[in-house]
Parts: sequence; structure tokens; C-alpha cells
Amino acid sequence: MQDPPVTLTCRNVWKVFGDGARRVLDAHDGHPPAEALREAGLIGAVQDASLEVRRGEIFVIMGLSGSGKSTLVRCLSRLIEPTGGQVLFDGQDLLRASRREMIEIRRHKMGMVFQHFALLPHLSVLENVAFPLRVQGVPPGAREERARESITLVGLRGREHYFPRELSGGQQQRVGIARSLVVEPEVWFLDEPFSALDPLIRREMQDEFLRLQTMLHKTIVFITHDVEEAIRLADHIAIMKDGEIIQIATPERLVLEPATEYVAEFTRHIPRGKVVTLASAMTPGPAPGAVAGALSARARVAEVADQVEAAGQPFAVVDDDETVVGHIDGRTVVDILIGRPVRGGEGPR
Amino acid sequence: MIRRGQPVAVPWTALLWLGLIVASVILAEHAKDLSRAWDARWLMKVPSELRIPLKAEVSAFMAWLVEDVRFGPVAFTDITRGMAWLVEQPYDFARALLQSGLTRGQGEGAEQVAPPLSWIAVIAAVVAMGHYARSWTLAAFVGACFLYLAVFGQWDSAMVTLASITIAVPIGVAGGLVLGIAGWRWRAVDAVLRPVLDLMQTVPIFAYLVPILFLFGFGPVAALIATVIYAMPPMVRITTLALRGVPAEIRGFAVMAGCTPSQQLWKVLVPSAMPSLMVGVNQVIMLSLNMVIIASMIGAGGLGFDVLSALRRLDIGAGLEAGLAIVVLAIALDRLSQAFANRPSPTHASQHLPFVRRHPWSLTVALVILGTALLGLVMPAVQSYPDGLTLTTGRFWSDVVETINVRYFDQLEAVKTFMLLNILIPVKRVLLGLPWPWVIGLVTLAGWQLGGWRLALLCFGLSGFLAVNGLWDDAMTTVYLCGVSVAIAGLIGIPLGILATTGSRMGRVIAAVIDTLQTLPSFVYLIPVVMLFRVGDFAAMIAVVLYALAPAVRYTAHGIQAISPQLIEAGIAAGCTRWQLLTRIRLPLALPDIMLGINQTIMLALSMLVITALVGTRDLGQEVYIALTKADTGRGIVAGLGVAAIAIIADRLIAAGAQRARRRLGLAG
Ligand SMILES: Nc1ncnc2c1ncn2[C@@H]1O[C@H](COP(=O)(O)OP(=O)(O)OP(=O)(O)O)[C@@H](O)[C@H]1O
Ligand SMILES: [Mg+2]
Repeated sequence: MQDPPVTLTCRNVWKVFGDGARRVLDAHDGHPPAEALREAGLIGAVQDASLEVRRGEIFVIMGLSGSGKSTLVRCLSRLIEPTGGQVLFDGQDLLRASRREMIEIRRHKMGMVFQHFALLPHLSVLENVAFPLRVQGVPPGAREERARESITLVGLRGREHYFPRELSGGQQQRVGIARSLVVEPEVWFLDEPFSALDPLIRREMQDEFLRLQTMLHKTIVFITHDVEEAIRLADHIAIMKDGEIIQIATPERLVLEPATEYVAEFTRHIPRGKVVTLASAMTPGPAPGAVAGALSARARVAEVADQVEAAGQPFAVVDDDETVVGHIDGRTVVDILIGRPVRGGEGPR
Repeated sequence: MIRRGQPVAVPWTALLWLGLIVASVILAEHAKDLSRAWDARWLMKVPSELRIPLKAEVSAFMAWLVEDVRFGPVAFTDITRGMAWLVEQPYDFARALLQSGLTRGQGEGAEQVAPPLSWIAVIAAVVAMGHYARSWTLAAFVGACFLYLAVFGQWDSAMVTLASITIAVPIGVAGGLVLGIAGWRWRAVDAVLRPVLDLMQTVPIFAYLVPILFLFGFGPVAALIATVIYAMPPMVRITTLALRGVPAEIRGFAVMAGCTPSQQLWKVLVPSAMPSLMVGVNQVIMLSLNMVIIASMIGAGGLGFDVLSALRRLDIGAGLEAGLAIVVLAIALDRLSQAFANRPSPTHASQHLPFVRRHPWSLTVALVILGTALLGLVMPAVQSYPDGLTLTTGRFWSDVVETINVRYFDQLEAVKTFMLLNILIPVKRVLLGLPWPWVIGLVTLAGWQLGGWRLALLCFGLSGFLAVNGLWDDAMTTVYLCGVSVAIAGLIGIPLGILATTGSRMGRVIAAVIDTLQTLPSFVYLIPVVMLFRVGDFAAMIAVVLYALAPAVRYTAHGIQAISPQLIEAGIAAGCTRWQLLTRIRLPLALPDIMLGINQTIMLALSMLVITALVGTRDLGQEVYIALTKADTGRGIVAGLGVAAIAIIADRLIAAGAQRARRRLGLAG
């Protein structure tokens, strides 16, 4: 299958806080070593970050608190001015765009959801959601209608006239989501949208988020510090540490081939069965004997575990064209589920 | 408690200062003779070679400003006249609406075209506002306050005052908002505004009046401008702080929603900061009311004028009546504006009602205004409260005071004489008897000990300012009156503050009384004091103590309440008695707060001293007051700066002391 085109690119982006940041960056040809920053008393919140986000994918940026995730996503939307580097959005260099152009881009092509919701306390749900349209000058009737649609989309119908403080945290974030979607943006930035919520509500909101995405197919940059959330939602994950991106990969590759010990540590407790696809787990080539049936190479191990275990015979693994590419037996499935090293040497030791 | 650090240092400085104080007292006794014996008169009187002609220069500058400054074809006076005109238009309208009615023609020949709002309409409007802002209880309360004004014959004056408040407050709020936004937006503006605001808070109000009188002439407009200038600074500060306090995410959202910079400000930041901004509005209202009497010195009419002229006639009854009316008005407006500030935010239930259901009160009030206007044409009692039904308490108060003065004359006089002989006069003698270089040396030394050489330099410079401008004796008189008053306020206020934290009924009563005291305009305190003790230092002192008491109580209570309960529990667990808990734990830990309270007390005392000049004190306040009556700008401004110099010295010394105490207690780094 062909990869969709790249929508958002950032190349060698730096954000250094402190006086004279630009000077230090220039003095080192755009790549100051960590000592140089420390000596100048600067904070390298984002260091030499490069990434590509493809149309319609969920790109998750994950890292511990203070690793520079928020700073990076704010550089992407130019909420803060990067100290150096390039940000391309639909081929346009955002850092060269004029103030007027940036306002237009934000009004029509970008939406953002904030960790603490950032709802305006003096406006009702309806007015909050309609706010981005109001600043664009959309007439009241039209903007109210679009705001209502957006509110319905996130399941808050009937609460249009509530005020933010009359809603629970989860409901407030639904308002934040509805508000960011009301302009039908191309890229959708979400900065730890569910971190302020209780675990149960968080899970519910993740489901809701995935449901929305299957309908809307937005290009998404999603920030989280929660590995499980990242694995659950992401098409690609970028792991950040101390301002640097240390690995960008699909969840599966991240678990199976962590680039550093740090990433391995992060993913150690992820149940492999939920991440590993049959394409990675299978033994290549057709099964030697009879098979119990055929399974898609894209299926995750955990999804088919019961079936394979119960059959007592291996299954054939087929690709999208129904061509047999390998086989898998109950033993392999169990190995992966309980985290034992898999034959064929895949996965961490 | 264990004190780490230099255990010897504390007694050493304490001993040093004890020695210096004893030396000062002895010195004050003999300095005059010594200076004569040594033929060194300069010790007691600042020699003329050291004087600088600042007063004359300021006066000359002001004269030059008014007479010679032109910007192209526009003279400086045109600008001031233009400003005056701009302020005058809305003021005239408000006054016409509330008190005089619309008139055609000038002076005697003027005829009324339309009557002012009837008293019933005004009361209906405030009742509706009270209900809208909070509840029927508040509505009834403010309604009763306004009804009081009508029944006790203060309506006309009160409406004049209200007219100037309704103009001064929006101008002050708008001006403060604009300056505050500028300070938030541009660092440079903030850097300029901040010291100016600091200075404005310490220069006594009277000192502003002199140049304003000079620039704008005598009349309600000058008074209005003075009120605005006086009431605006807190709004500026609060605006800047409130905007800074808007969460970063909300600012981020404004940008991401594609707001232009002005949309960010007016559609997102200002509305989000509204609750804090309302606190500023309340402050502007209260300060405007505080100016009511003072502004009448440069031409505001209304209640302030009534109080002032009654005080000048020593007509106790009338003064008290008008003063009470100011208090009633102040309390009503304070409660109303606070209720607006803390209004419960709207809920979904209130949305989506038809217009009439959502605004029942604005409609009712509009109907009442219309109805009473029509009815007033045929029934004068509806238009203005019938004179026959007013009550006057003036006689009653005069009688009460008379009776007290006659019956308790000996007791009152005994208290007064005792205080004068044993406290006021000795302190005054010491302070005025000290050679000025000695005092400057002491102040500088204190600055050095508490805050290092910078503070020492500041203290030296500011006390030197007093000396070289020929204000020394006035300044010492100010320090003496202020010092004695603050000491007494502290002696009364700190125990009251402790009592207020006990949680008993007594504590709640104290808190309520202090709250009310704080809403009273400073001038009001003069009235009963003058009635009982007539003029002089003692009367001034009592007024100052009453006015400045509140912060001593409040800060003490706050400091004690802020102590971590764990520390108290630790004390109880260690077997402390209640007395030990108080003296070993509560008071030492609350010390930094208590010091800040004393600092505030000093600031209030200094501002009140200028007002007590009316009862014949001989201090810097008197100097400003005389300058005002002579419209002598240079003299007024320099004396005002002199008060500011004292205020700044006291403020910085105490702040440095509080900081040290806090560090010693490990409360702050
Ligand atoms: N305006 C600023 N000035 C100086 N330093 C900053 C600023 N904003 C962020 N930083 C620093 O940059 C680093 C990265 O911050 P950032 O907010 O991007 O982290 P984060 O990964 O989003 O963390 P969290 O999960 O807590 O939100 C931190 O060390 C932070 O202290
Ligand atoms: Mg963050």
C-alpha cells in the first residue's frame, strides 16, 4: 500500500530558552553541543528535532515531563518562535509566513486541544465552541449551526447552554475537542488532552477520540506522557528525552526494536501481544502440515490468541492479497503473550 | 525554638540601639545648650548654604508650563482646558440627571427643561442593581441606605456627590485599564509606571491638589480630575497583574484560534481576567469616595462640601449628618460593587429565557423612571422627597456632644492632659531637640544594618532631602505625631488582631468592625474627634489612630492564621501552655506579617496626618495645606515629597526588617 503524502515536516528545529540563544546557536553552526548551552545558562527545550507527519495519521510525541513535548508542538504551530530550523506545512515554510498569513492558517487549517482545556469561563459551551468562528467573522446564524454540529459530534448535545464550570473534566475536554474541530482543521494538535482526567474517563475519551478519527481522518499530532496511551493511539511514535527525539517508529517496531536502553525501559511493561502483528510473529513460509485456517498478517497477536490456542494446529498467515506469507502456531502465540523470547530472535532479550 | 546563625549578633545590635536611644534622649535635652556653647548653631538649624531653592524652582516651572509652553499653535493651557471640557460634559450630564435637571440658559435666568430622576426612581434603580448583583437582602440594604439619604435631608448633596462618583469611576477604570494594558504589553511602560505608582501611593493626596488647582482652577472639574488621579493607580496595578495571571494555555488558545492581537486582548484576555478586574473597580469606587471631602477643598460640591463647611463652622450636628451620609453612601456602593465583583457566574438555567424574563429589573426600573417622571409633574412629592417629612438629627447630635462635653468635661480633659504631658510633649521635645546630623546618621545606620549600603544610601538621601529643603522641623513634628499614633495603634491593634483569631464571637465582631472602619473615608474620623477634643495634636492623634488601626489588626490576624497548624500541634504536643503557645510560637512566627501591618499603619497614618492639618497640627501636612490655600505649587509639591520621603524611609526599613525576620524564621529564602 502506498504511503499517504507528508503534511507536516519539521527539520532540525531548536528551541533554546534564555538570553542570547540565537547567538550561541549561530556560533556553533546551528548545532551547539549540550555543554555550550549549559555554559551560556540556556535551556535547550527542543534540540535538533526532525519529524514527518503523514496525512491522516496519528503521530504521537511521547516523553517524560519536561522533555520538551509541549515546546515542540508549539514550535510546529508557531505558538512560540523556534530558535532555529524549518517547519513545513503543506509545502509552505511556516517560519517565513507573515503574521497575517499565520492568522489565516490558524483560522482555517489548525486546531488545538489543551491539557487544561483552556475554555473561556465567561462563555457557554455553544459560545466557546463557536468562538473560533466568531473571531473569523462568521455570521451568528451560520456559526451557531456549525458549533451545534460539532457539539453533537462529541456527544454533548443538550448541554449547549451550560457553562464550563458546570461540566465535569471529561465533558470540558469534549468541549475543547468540539471547539478545535469546528473550523474543520487539516492538522489537529492535542497537547496531553487526557492527562488531567481520571483513568477511567481517560480510557473512555481515548475510545471516543479513535471513533472521531475513523470518521474524520485528520492529520494528528498527539502529545502524551503515557506509554500505553501512545501505543494505543499511534500510527507513529516519537520518543523525546531532554529535548531530543531519540526514536521515531511504529508502536510495534518501538517495542520490538527499541533504539536505546531508555526506549527499551519505557516499553518493557507493554504487553507484547497487543502490539506485535502476525507479520512479525509468524515463521516465514507455508506451514509444513495441515493448517486450521488463515489469518491476516496485520492482526495483532492478542486478537487471535484464543483462536490459535484452541485450534491445536498452526494457522496460515496471509497478506492483503490473500497470499500465504507464513504460519503461526499456539506455542509462538503463548511465548509472545507471556513475554518469553520468541524463536527467530525477535523482541528484546 | 532554636536559632541558628550568630547567637551573639542579636543582643549586640539590640544593646547598640538601646545605647543610641538613651544617648539621643540625653542629647536632645542638652543639644541646644551645647550648640550655643560651641558656637555651632548649624547643629540645630540647617545652615542656609546647604539649602536648595527647590520650591521656587518648582513654582517657576509650573508658571512657565502654564504661561509659555506651546506645541505649535497649541498652548499647554489649551490642552488642560480641553481635558477639562472633556470631563465637564459627562459630569454636567450626570449632575443634570441626578440632581439639577436639564436646564436652559445660564445663572439666575436658567429654567428647568426636564427634572432630574426622582428619588423614587433612583432608589428603584439601586434596589434593582442590588437584586441583580446578589439578592433581595442586598437590594433591601442598599435601598435602605439611599432611603436614609432622602429621609435625613441629604438627598441633594448626596446626588451631587454620586454624580461626580459616577463620572470619576468610569474614567478611572478606563484610564487604569489602558495604562495597565500598556504596562502588561510593553516592558518599558511597566518599568516607567511602577516607580511612578509607588511614589503616587506615598505622596499625600493634598500635594496633588495644589498643581491641579493651579492647572485647572477651582471647581468641580478640578475636583473630578484630582479624584481620578487619586483613584486610578490600583486599577493600573490590578490590570497588569490580572492580565499576567491569565493562564498560558488560554493565551495559547487565543493565538491558535486565529485571533488578531486586539481580538486576543478584548475577546479572550480581558474577559478571562474579569473577576480580578472587578476588584480593581471596587478599589476605584472606594478611593473616589475617600476623596469626596478632600476634593471639596478644590471645588467639589455635595456632601464633602457640607462636611468641610460644617467643620469650619464647628457645627458639629451638620458635620456629623453629612459625614454619616458619606459613610452610608460609601457602605452602600462598596457592598454593591463587591456583590457585582463576586456575582455568581451565570448558569445554563438562566439562558434562553425571553428578554422580558431575563431582564425583569431593567424593565421595571425603566417603568418606574418613566412613571415617576410623569407623576412628578403633578405630584411634587414623587419628584423630590417632601421637605416636611425629612428628619434632622443635627440638633440631636449637637445636644449629645454638648451633654458629653458638659458632663464629662473633666474626664475628657484629664485624659487629654495626661496624654499630652506624659507622652506627646516629651516625645516631641526629644525629636525636635535632636541635632539634624545626628538623626540623619541614625537613620542611615539603621538602613545599613537592615539592608546594607544601598538602603543606607537611600535613607541618607531622603532624610537629607528633608534637611536641604528647610522641612526639618516640620518633618520631625510629622515623625513624632505619626510615631506616637502608630505606637498606640499597634498597642491596641495587635491584641485585637490576636483576639480576632480566637474564633469566638468577639473575634467575628472585631473583624466586622474593622471591615467597616476600612470603608469609611479618612475624613470622617475627624468629626467625632473634633467634637470631643477640639483642635490640637491630641485630637489629631486620636483621629490618626482610629483611621490607621485596621491594618495592624488585619495583618496580625492574618499572620497568626497563616501559621501551619502542624507547628501549633507540635507546640501542644511539647506541652506548651496557651500563653506559651502564643508567645513562643504564634507571635514570633507572625512577626513578619505584623511588621507589614505596622508598615501599612504608618502609611495610613501619614496620609491621615495631612488631613489632620485641618485641626491645627504644625507638621508637613500643615505645610501642604497652607500651600493649597495659597495655591503655592512649589511649596505644596516639595512638602508632599517630604511626606513621601518619610513614608519611603519607613517602608523600606520595615520591609528590610520583615525580610530579615522571615529569613531568620526560615519562612522564605
Ligand atoms: N518559557 C520558558 N522559559 C524557559 N524555559 C522553559 C519555558 N518553557 C519551557 N521551558 C523549559 O523547557 C523544558 C521543556 O518544557 P515543556 O513544557 O516542553 O515540557 P513537556 O515535555 O511538555 O513537559 P510536561 O509533560 O510537564 O508538559 C522544561 O525544562 C521547561 O522548564
Ligand atoms: Mg507539556
